[in-house]
Amino acid sequence: MKERTIRLTVNGRPYERTVEVRKTLADFLREDLDLTGTHLGCEHGVCGACTVVVNGEAVRSCLLFAVQLEGANILTVEGLADGDNLHPIQEAFWEHHGLQCGFCTPGFLLTLYCFLKETPRPSEAEIREAISGNLCRCTGYHNIVIAARAAAEKLASAGPTP
Amino acid sequence: MKPPPFEYFTPASVEDALALLGEHREQAKVLAGGQSLVPLLNFRLARPRYLVDLNGIPHLDYIREEDGWLAIGAMTRQRAVERSALVRDRCPLLAEAMPQIGHVQIRNRGTIGGSLAHADPAAELPAIVAALGGRLVVRGPDGERVMAPERFFVGYLTTALEPFELLVGVRLPVRRSRTGHAFVEVSRRHGDFALVGVAAALTLDAAGACADAALALTGVGPTPVVAAAATRVLVGQRPSAEAFQEVGRRVSETLEPDSDLHASSEYRKHLAGVLTRRALTRAAERARGGEG
Repeated sequence: MKERTIRLTVNGRPYERTVEVRKTLADFLREDLDLTGTHLGCEHGVCGACTVVVNGEAVRSCLLFAVQLEGANILTVEGLADGDNLHPIQEAFWEHHGLQCGFCTPGFLLTLYCFLKETPRPSEAEIREAISGNLCRCTGYHNIVIAARAAAEKLASAGPTP
Repeated sequence: MKPPPFEYFTPASVEDALALLGEHREQAKVLAGGQSLVPLLNFRLARPRYLVDLNGIPHLDYIREEDGWLAIGAMTRQRAVERSALVRDRCPLLAEAMPQIGHVQIRNRGTIGGSLAHADPAAELPAIVAALGGRLVVRGPDGERVMAPERFFVGYLTTALEPFELLVGVRLPVRRSRTGHAFVEVSRRHGDFALVGVAAALTLDAAGACADAALALTGVGPTPVVAAAATRVLVGQRPSAEAFQEVGRRVSETLEPDSDLHASSEYRKHLAGVLTRRALTRAAERARGGEG
């Protein structure tokens, strides 16, 4: 069986697609759903650029096959903002210059999205460990850590968020 | 498309998976969490004709205590083990090692069985199972066999698993009283494979002397290295900096690790000695403090 039909939800929207079984989730999102915000860096699980949220957990979308996601609920960077209103984590990255070229940013945002839900008041050491699986080659970690802390504060003062 | 073409199966039971493996043998690969296999597929270093995905099989995902053992199902996610209060209490060595395996995104998918069956020479889990004298539970067409780590880990990325067998679980002895553990490693970056890692367990007798000690190292050979001869000298001695230094020296001189891009053989030998001393020191403190 080289193809399968899958049904899944991405950013709140249901999709049904027939995909080749060897297609990674990352390629599926980018090529079949035109959700190109998920970036591909190393394509072997090291760089973290392709991080998306599957059923509430941050995972590498380059190391999953789309056919494994039958029935899954997926959040990509396109699903973070509410219309024109950025998600508080995105806002914090903007305000604190937590990005330079922006290539790694979707992965950082979604990694932090899961981390801050679990650890709403993180220490700097916890933030650094949380983002250790995401590479930024503009060497922007300093501002990313600052943005992560600011995002935690925004989320705490805003109360529960989606 | 990065991975080479393959046919994909999602068996609903261990029996169905074994039937597929029995039919396709060397042409099939087992997909667990995919955190080691999918990179190999993406690089096209592995080109299996058939992929047997275990993710649809129920009852391979559990953490429970059975007759003095902590039993963990092969498809249990590493993140679930990391978060388990039972693991922290019954097997603190495993609990300490978990956060050092890959990154959280990897551990959310990566499984206990997948890592053990992949048998990377720098992985943490094989050393944990070796240090504790755990057991690997293997199912084949003729039933179950339970293997000791020294028989299961055969070489670089190689286990004693036959192509028609599945690793279905691992058992680790629950911690004994007056026993302390420690797992320490050095890697280039948090979450990277260890240059060297050391798993230690130390049991004290009622008088505070060392009753038993176990050490296993990762990253210094094709399989986990159990330093039995070096730890034997500790038995009957009171834990001391000098004694641990001596064990570190002995461990270091028995090893012949490979050099690679990340570290020379000499540096790995040196690290192995230092980390052995640190792991034993921490394990002894914990044994005395009763914290495991």
